[in-house]
Amino acid sequence: MTTKAQPAPSALALDLQDERLQDRTGLRGQYKAFLDRTRSGDLGVLPVIGGLILIWAVLQILNPIFLSPANLVNLTMESSAVGIIALGIVAVLLVAQIDLSVGSVSGLAAAVVAVTSVNMGWPVWLVILATIALGAVIGWLYGQIFNRFGVPSFVVTLAGLLGFLGLQLYTLGAKGSINLPFDSPLVYFAQLAFVPVWLSYVLAAAAAASLFTTDYFHARARQHAGLSAMSLQNIALRAGLLLAALGVTVWYLNQGRGVGWMFVLFIVLTLVLNYMLKRTQWGRFVYAVGGNPEAARRAGINVRAIYTSVFITCSTLAAVGGLLGAARLAAANQGSGTGDVNLNAIAAAVIGGTSLFGGRGSAFAAILGIIVIQSISSGLTLLNLDSSFRFMVTGVVLLLAVTLDSVARRSRTSHGKA
Amino acid sequence: MSTSSSAPAGTPQLLTLRGINKSFGAVAALMDIELDIAQGEVVAIVGDNGAGKSTLVKVLSGVHAPDSGTITFEGQDVSISSPAAAQHLGIATVFQDLALCDNLTVVDNLFLGRELSPLRLNEVDMEVRSWELLKQLSAKIPSVRTQIASLSGGQRQTVAIARSLLGDPKIVILDEPTAALGVAQTAEVLNLVERLRERGHGVIMISHNMADVQAVADRVVVLRLGRNNGDFRVGDVSTEELIAAITGASDNVVSRRSAARSTSEETHAS
Repeated sequence: MTTKAQPAPSALALDLQDERLQDRTGLRGQYKAFLDRTRSGDLGVLPVIGGLILIWAVLQILNPIFLSPANLVNLTMESSAVGIIALGIVAVLLVAQIDLSVGSVSGLAAAVVAVTSVNMGWPVWLVILATIALGAVIGWLYGQIFNRFGVPSFVVTLAGLLGFLGLQLYTLGAKGSINLPFDSPLVYFAQLAFVPVWLSYVLAAAAAASLFTTDYFHARARQHAGLSAMSLQNIALRAGLLLAALGVTVWYLNQGRGVGWMFVLFIVLTLVLNYMLKRTQWGRFVYAVGGNPEAARRAGINVRAIYTSVFITCSTLAAVGGLLGAARLAAANQGSGTGDVNLNAIAAAVIGGTSLFGGRGSAFAAILGIIVIQSISSGLTLLNLDSSFRFMVTGVVLLLAVTLDSVARRSRTSHGKA
Repeated sequence: MSTSSSAPAGTPQLLTLRGINKSFGAVAALMDIELDIAQGEVVAIVGDNGAGKSTLVKVLSGVHAPDSGTITFEGQDVSISSPAAAQHLGIATVFQDLALCDNLTVVDNLFLGRELSPLRLNEVDMEVRSWELLKQLSAKIPSVRTQIASLSGGQRQTVAIARSLLGDPKIVILDEPTAALGVAQTAEVLNLVERLRERGHGVIMISHNMADVQAVADRVVVLRLGRNNGDFRVGDVSTEELIAAITGASDNVVSRRSAARSTSEETHAS
């Protein structure tokens, strides 16, 4: 390194001093960085957004009701239960494992909700607690079998798929169907509870404001430490874009019945999982185990505990999804959690951009993915096509998403990215 | 063959191994191994392929448990049952295969397993400390926010060594630390080893490179086919003697070749 015409290194932030770094600051730099990422196969949410626009356009042309507020409100409500299950799948996929039994676990949870609240008359809080405990115990069981005997997760959970389906049928008894009373708070929450109009705008504004403050304090901390930081205009732009997007969405949904509390719960759970994955040590360990379990083990991480915690997370979210599904249907029957629930949850996680190879993906994949899946399902229902077509189309979309993941992974490898 | 007596007088023994055995099925990888490391001492372990060097490292770092034998650390009998236990004792290991997570960034890898404020990760402090550490090592890494997958072999080695120093270990084990490095980076690593010695760490270095070993080590322990085959102070031993101990005999293809060359040189000179 010679001393010729170089800008004084001390004037630059600590992390921008290497002379090989190209300028990637400011809006123009961010645009360039985005192009770099996309070209190297780091597609992010791009394919999902593109796919979603395409699907919405086609379905809207085929049936003008599709993008109406009423149908979109319905779509958000239908997405919530399976979306919450998909959150758990995201966590499991991040450690490069799979849970095939989420459908059966959600069905079993639905059955338990119906039996405990209707037949046994338990109060609501106890029913919810029991459901969560049920999911946690099942996940713990998977973790123990996986860790102690080394049975591959897809076999453990395939056994679970059959076993818990059987347990669900047994729990429901001879009649095979139990209706929840319409005055149950659970049913009210899942069918009729909508955010008041004023509050929905307040929440949207609060979300944008919290993004702004988080970004702002993060940038200030980085500046104090002598690192490069996002400019204030950049932070304001991000928050402004979020505010606009949320504002328009909320306004449009408010033309129909509004924003359901159940959908808000789904978003809150997504944000919580995102925080856990991105901002806590546990999340860092999850990504490390998914990327290289041996390296994680040598770094002193209790890899088995991470696997167990992830299985518990997945099964618990599946049970919560089953509870909400039963509440939405106001019943638990032999069909709860069967059929396409399993496939939809897994497909949502993968379509949203979670890699099947582990270590890549985010909680937001569940939201994006489930909206794609539910759009297809809802659009085909509006076209009076039965479930045979729905299965075929969903199957093709899932295959496309996984193919894209594999191709992008190959491109990332050749561009020196994991 | 000298053992503990070769440690500098007055410095306390940090780590002592006695009678360590380890076999994989019918293959005995380590037989009756003895090893001593004192504070501020650099011990090189040399040996041919399959001599048991890597297995010994794995025993010390808690990856494999020994079948029998005693490990004494700071005067107390210990069992190193897991990598976490080794770290807890103060034994940090840089493996030959580096054991980094390709999908995580440099900062994430450096602090993996000892993140600052676990419930709300302090990314800013971790990034600043990463830069400081890498500067101390004169590391040439353009950005600590790049994924490990995009780094070269030498850069990965640097990250791995930097990581081992974060926990302020008492003993640092380096498995082939200079194998993938360029000339300048090799010199940097050797400087770094000397800095570790000055700070009172014990260093165990595994190497095939006799020049590196003789440049930096205080003692050389030779393994051959899973057994101790010599323990030399670096000042008292020649490369030929080391090679003889490594290959197991003074009469072998390497020594014959060098002998033939030196005789031909002598005839040319006369």
